[in-house]
Order: sequence, then C-alpha cells, then structure tokens
Amino acid sequence: MAADIGGSAIEAIGLRKTYGHVLAVEKGDFCANFGEIHALVGENGAGKSTLIKILCGVTQPDSGEIRIRGEGLTLSDPQHARALGVGTVFQELTVMPWMTVAENLLVNDPPRGRSGLIARRKLPARAAEILATYGMPRIDPRALAAHLSVADRQLVEIVRALQRKPDILFLDEPTAALSENEVDWLFEKVKALREAGTCVIFTSHRWREVESLADRITVFRNGANVGTRTSLSEDEAVQLMTGRAIDRAFPKPPPLQETKPVMRVRELAGEGLHGVSFDLRPGEILGVGGLAGHGQRELFLSLFGAQKSTAGSIEVEGRRRRIRRPLDAIRAGLGIALVPEDRKAEGLLLAMSVRDNLTLATLPSLSQLGVIRWRAERRRMNQTISQLAIKSSAPSVEPVGALSGGNQQKVLIGRWLMTDAKVLLLYDVTRGVDVATKQEIYELVISQARAGKAVLIFSSETEEVARLTHRVLVMREGRVNAELTGTEISAEGIVAAAIQNQDGRSQRTSSEGNEVPA
Amino acid sequence: MSTQMSGAVEKQTWRSPRRHFVAQNSPVLLSVVILVVALTAYYFLYYRQLGALPDSFDLTTIVDNALPLVFVGLGQTVVVVTRGLDLSVGGVLSISVALAATQMGHGVGIVGWSLAILLIGALAGLANGVLVAYARLAPILVTLATLSIFDGLAIMLLPKPGGRIPTVLTNVLTNPNRPYGLVFLILALLIWFVLRRSSYGVALFATGNDETAATANGINVRRTKLWAYAISGVCAAAGGLFFAARTTSGDAGAGTPFVLTSITAVFLGGASLFGGRASAYGTTCGAVVLTLIVNVLFFAHVNQLYQSLYEGLLLVIAVVLGLVVGRLARRQA
Repeated sequence: MAADIGGSAIEAIGLRKTYGHVLAVEKGDFCANFGEIHALVGENGAGKSTLIKILCGVTQPDSGEIRIRGEGLTLSDPQHARALGVGTVFQELTVMPWMTVAENLLVNDPPRGRSGLIARRKLPARAAEILATYGMPRIDPRALAAHLSVADRQLVEIVRALQRKPDILFLDEPTAALSENEVDWLFEKVKALREAGTCVIFTSHRWREVESLADRITVFRNGANVGTRTSLSEDEAVQLMTGRAIDRAFPKPPPLQETKPVMRVRELAGEGLHGVSFDLRPGEILGVGGLAGHGQRELFLSLFGAQKSTAGSIEVEGRRRRIRRPLDAIRAGLGIALVPEDRKAEGLLLAMSVRDNLTLATLPSLSQLGVIRWRAERRRMNQTISQLAIKSSAPSVEPVGALSGGNQQKVLIGRWLMTDAKVLLLYDVTRGVDVATKQEIYELVISQARAGKAVLIFSSETEEVARLTHRVLVMREGRVNAELTGTEISAEGIVAAAIQNQDGRSQRTSSEGNEVPA
Repeated sequence: MSTQMSGAVEKQTWRSPRRHFVAQNSPVLLSVVILVVALTAYYFLYYRQLGALPDSFDLTTIVDNALPLVFVGLGQTVVVVTRGLDLSVGGVLSISVALAATQMGHGVGIVGWSLAILLIGALAGLANGVLVAYARLAPILVTLATLSIFDGLAIMLLPKPGGRIPTVLTNVLTNPNRPYGLVFLILALLIWFVLRRSSYGVALFATGNDETAATANGINVRRTKLWAYAISGVCAAAGGLFFAARTTSGDAGAGTPFVLTSITAVFLGGASLFGGRASAYGTTCGAVVLTLIVNVLFFAHVNQLYQSLYEGLLLVIAVVLGLVVGRLARRQA
C-alpha cells in the first residue's frame, strides 16, 4: 500500500546505460514521490523511455542506483518490479495480438477453477467486470486484440496496468493514440490515483497535458536530468529540453494565388468514408480536422490508393485518375507521408538505409535501363537530407531503424519531396515528435506550399491544423461536416464544428466553455 | 463530462460470443471440416470397393496408424506456438524406435525402457531448447543439425532394420482387437486441454504472440521456449513408442517421414507460422486426415507412390481455404 504520501517512491541515482556505443542515459537522476503526478519530458532520444525501462526492470543499467521506498536495490526483471508495486504502460504496446482482450487483461492472474486449471470460460465475464470498473465497458472482452483499433489496444494496456493496482505507475506516452475523451478518462483515473497516494510518472509530447496534470516536471536532455520543477512555462521547458530558445510561433502559410485547382475530389466514398468533395489549389494548405476516427485516415488512404474507394472521382491537373493502388497515386503526382497509428513505421523499410528509403519512390527517374545512376542518386539524396536537416551519420548505409523517431518521420516526408509530387498528403506527421522537430516540419510544410505544392494535412493536434492552414475541412462520420476559412479557423472553431450536427446545432450540452485542445 | 462520454453514453458494440468463437477458431473448424470430408470419402470408397461399411477393426487400425503422428504433431504444435519449428522430431522418433527394437527385451523391462525412452526424448528436446532459447540460434538451424545428429545415433544403435518389439508393448499401445488407440488419442487431447489451462500454457501463447510483450508482462520467455522443445522431444519419443508397437520391428530411418508430415499436420490444423496461434485439436484432425489419405488413395486405386503429391495438394488447398475462411470470419467479426 502506498501509505506514505509525500514520501519518496522511486529514485534513480546516477543511472547510466549505453546501447553499443550509443549513450542512452548518462546521468539518470530522478526522484518521484507518493501522491504526486510527475511528468517526464524531453525530446525524442533524450532517454526518458530508457530511464522508465530501467526503473521497471525491463532493462538493466550499466551503473547507478535504484531506490524504491528509499531502499536501494537491483531490479532483476519486470516481475520483480511488479512485485514491488511498480506498474507500467509502455510506449510500445505490450498487448498480445492473437489473444483476446480478456486473456490480455488477465494474463498474470487468470481465474482458476477448483482443479487449479484456468477457467477459460470465466475469462470474459471477469474481464468485462474489470473493464466496467474502470469505465471502459465499450471494449469487448472476447475480441482479439489484433482486431482492435490502436486506441483501444492502448486502453486495454492502461486498464491492465491500473487493475494491478500499482503503488508506482509509469505511463510512457499513454495518450499518443487516444482521442480527447479517452485522454480525459485517463486523466481522471490518474488524478484519483494521486488522491489515493499512488506515485504516477508520465511522459507526453503534448504540453497541454503536462501542464494540466503534473505536480512536478522533470526535464531530460541527452540522457541527463537538466532540472526538476514544480512549475514551468512551455517556453522554459522547450529551452531546457533543447538547450536553446525556440520560436514557438507557428509560421504563417504563404498568401494564396488565384489559380486553377490542381486536385479535385468529388464524392469520394469507401469504408468509413461517405462522400467527401474538395478542391485543392497549388500552394494551398488544406487542413483536415475533426474528432479522431471520423474518416480522416480513410480519406488519406483512399486518396493514395491504399484503401479501396467504392465511389467518387479524383482529378489531378484536370485529368481524371483511377487510383486503385499506391503506384497509381504516385504516377498521378501524389505523395503521402502517413505516420502509422502505431509508430513502428509502415511505409519505412526499417532495415534498409536512409538512402534507399529516400529514393525508393524516385528510382525510375534515377535509373537508366533499370540501373541506378548512383551519382544522381547521391546528389538528390544529399539535397533532400540537407533540406530536411535529417540527422544521419552515414545515410548510404545507416538503417532508417537506427534514426530517432523524428528523423524517421522526416525521411518519410523526404521521400515524397524527391518525387515530383504535386500534392502532398501529410497524415499526422508530427505525432510523437519533439518540439524542435515539430518546428522544422512546420517550416517545411510552409516552404513546400510556397514552392507551389498543394498540401493536404491532418494532425491529431488540432492546434496544428488550425495554425498552419488556409482552409480546414472538418470531418464527422465520414463526411465533411463544415468548411472553415480565414478567421473562422481556430482550434475552438474546429472542435465546435466537429461536434455540430449538420443543421448547425451543437450536440455538446454540459461541456460548454471547456478548455479546447492545443 | 468525460466520464459520461467515455462510459455510459457510448453504445455497446460487442459481438455475440458464438460469432467470436467461430471467427477465432475458424482454422481449427476448417480442419474439422476437412477431416469430415476425408472420412466421407473414405467411407464412400470403402463401400464401393468392398460393398460394406468399415467396421470397428478398420477404424481402430486407422487410429493406431495415426497415433505416432498425433503425438509427434502435438509436440510440434507446442513448438510452432512459440514461432519455432522442430525438425529434430524425426531423429528423436528414430532413436526411440531403435532403442525399443534393441533394448526393450532386456534390463529394466518394458515399462522401465518406455520411461527411459521418454526421458531421452526430453533430454534431446532440452538440448534443442538450450540452443534456441539461451544461445538464441534459429530454431530451424538448430533442429536441422540435431536431426542429423539424432538420425546418426539411431543408425549406431540399429545399423540395419530388424530387432524385435516385445508383443506386450504392441498389445498395450496398439491392440487392433480393442480400441486402446482411442484411449491414447483422448489422452493426447487431454494433455493439451490441461496445458492450455495452465500458467505454462498462458506463457507459451504469450511468448508466441510477442516476446517483448510477454517479457513486459513478467513471463520468462527463455524458460518457456526451453520447455516447449522439451515437450516436443517427449512427444516425439512417445510417437516412436507407438510407431514401434505398430511395426513390431525396428528401423533407424523410421523418423524421416515424420519431419515433414508433423509440420504438415500442424498447418493442416490451422496453426500460424508466425506463432501464437495453433491448436492440438486442429493438429490431431490434420494427422488423422494425413493417415486417411493413404487408405483413400488405396481404395481409389491411385498408386501409393503418388501419396506425397496428394498430401501436398491437400496442404495447399487447406492453406488457401484457411486464408479465405479467415478473411470471411474477420469480416463477420
């Protein structure tokens, strides 16, 4: 039991961990108390995840000390940590895909019959009880985890951790896949845990979450603790995280020219998509907004031929195009950077080099009689790498999988900048990326628009959709619910338009005046 | 506000338990269907040839013939769940046949030697397990090597076919006059039933699903894999005992066909090559189907030499059907 509110729950003193010659954590000092919510922030690769893995027994440190409840000890494995009351929601999902929700929830403590054998028939009912207790009765305990959405899998993972009633709970990026409602749900649970004296440590790239939840904030940079504060402004935090001041202002989209649309989409329909129409002009940045799961992803996938569309038409530069597979889309001049819902990168060939990944879609134009002209390839590659400031020590040989998350995302975008794509489809390209990289991606989007490319952009952070675009399509149930232009565009406006019925009446009743997501 | 939105207001979107069952067990159900089809073909051809329906003697013979493969397949299933493959089952089976043919009449007696053979199977499996789980070598390489080693040892024990299996063993394990075979078949399935409901079973399936996830949930992945190979070794040795009992004499090359047929049986039974999904019920159906094929081909006047051709075709058809059924089931779910 976490009785000792305010007492030291878990401490790391001078932890150090290297992977090969890469230093993950150098001076890992950290301390969190019972009865507090402690945010752990830092850029990608700052060592947060490694620190958490060490503190919950998954990874062994090279040196340094761990103290739990003031007692110095060595954690041999996750089971050991769990026995000491440490629970974790990992960033990489640790839900077993071909097991049911019930089996996943009860993997460590399944109900048993009198014979001592696991009572498999009792699993669903027991799991349903747990899910109901934690306010998630919607999730079907008999469903296979593989068939759940990423958000639901994350929820199962969270419920599993909560249900083990840890005294010390780590949440590593728990909200990245969740919708606003689910984030609110999680925060309520977390606050209740704090009241009960639990020590909660969480990481997030969304400052609003850190600000609204954390009692104390610890900032990590380059594997070391650079400060623990009780209050911190976003600017200060960014400065601490990056070691430099960063202009947090969103760059303004360039003025729009009156031109013919480069792309016309009419009544596009398919699974989860029920008739979407829009025009897109060169140099225009068109945002796609709305609550998560209302057809935004399906729209992007359909435009790129990765999902079958059942009706509607797509015209690029005045020519009607049938897009049935990604190759059709590439030939039509579309480029897509789609950051998959679980970030283990669909779209990137993790084991192949940065170069191969960048030039993958451009190879036909870089080849002669099927042989790659390697000089031209290298020139184009270097151009793109410097344009995007991709940090790679040896792009021709270094596998993409070895880059940090932010750099991987840049490679994903860079691939389509190398093609002569006229339309860029950017789906959540800033997800899970640190502030500095986000800023770079913003600049990049704007510069592409300035260069005359048309951009269709979706982000799970509504603020980004609001600030970077000329126009916003707000989606609801697979349709465009509203179109916002000029001064109508704001994060508040997008959220309001997302929950309005088409007759204009807001469905929201009790939540008026709530804080709007940033 | 949020509790309401995430809790009470959201509608329940559960599927019925039966639909889940069908969707999640479609590969196994498919293997049952294939078994029924094979049995029907067998009955039909038998009747056309002999003008009578197969009696209990025929059926007992089929079960007896299937038993070695059922047991080897059961062990193979456990390994396939961990995303591994055990080629060495053939070698283990050969060793146990050779031992049974040369040693069983002497020394510690039939029961003693049976237990010793099972123990030797376990040790052979443990050797595989150590190399796969602790030395982190690829299962297919490890067991390919140990297959050769075990085959070689079997030939040392029994250089040329011969030896004698005590009749007691034959009478107990495969008495064609009494359906003892069924007892052992049910025993095999019972072992699986218990395994599936034990902590080890949970660890086994979790490991096969995702090793990192299993580790994060406090499961000892290495130990789980080690025991999976040991179980496979014991099962292969048991398969050897049944094989020896049926053939009544020894052959050090007895195990060779089992390397591939055991894998065929597992995949006919709807297992996933990628681990985490397999069922001994399916494997048993697969093993019986593979045994029936011989009889079906015989009655259909197909040259026995073409047997492997039909086995291959059957596997392809089963895999394709499995894919189609799986897709349909998912759409339903």
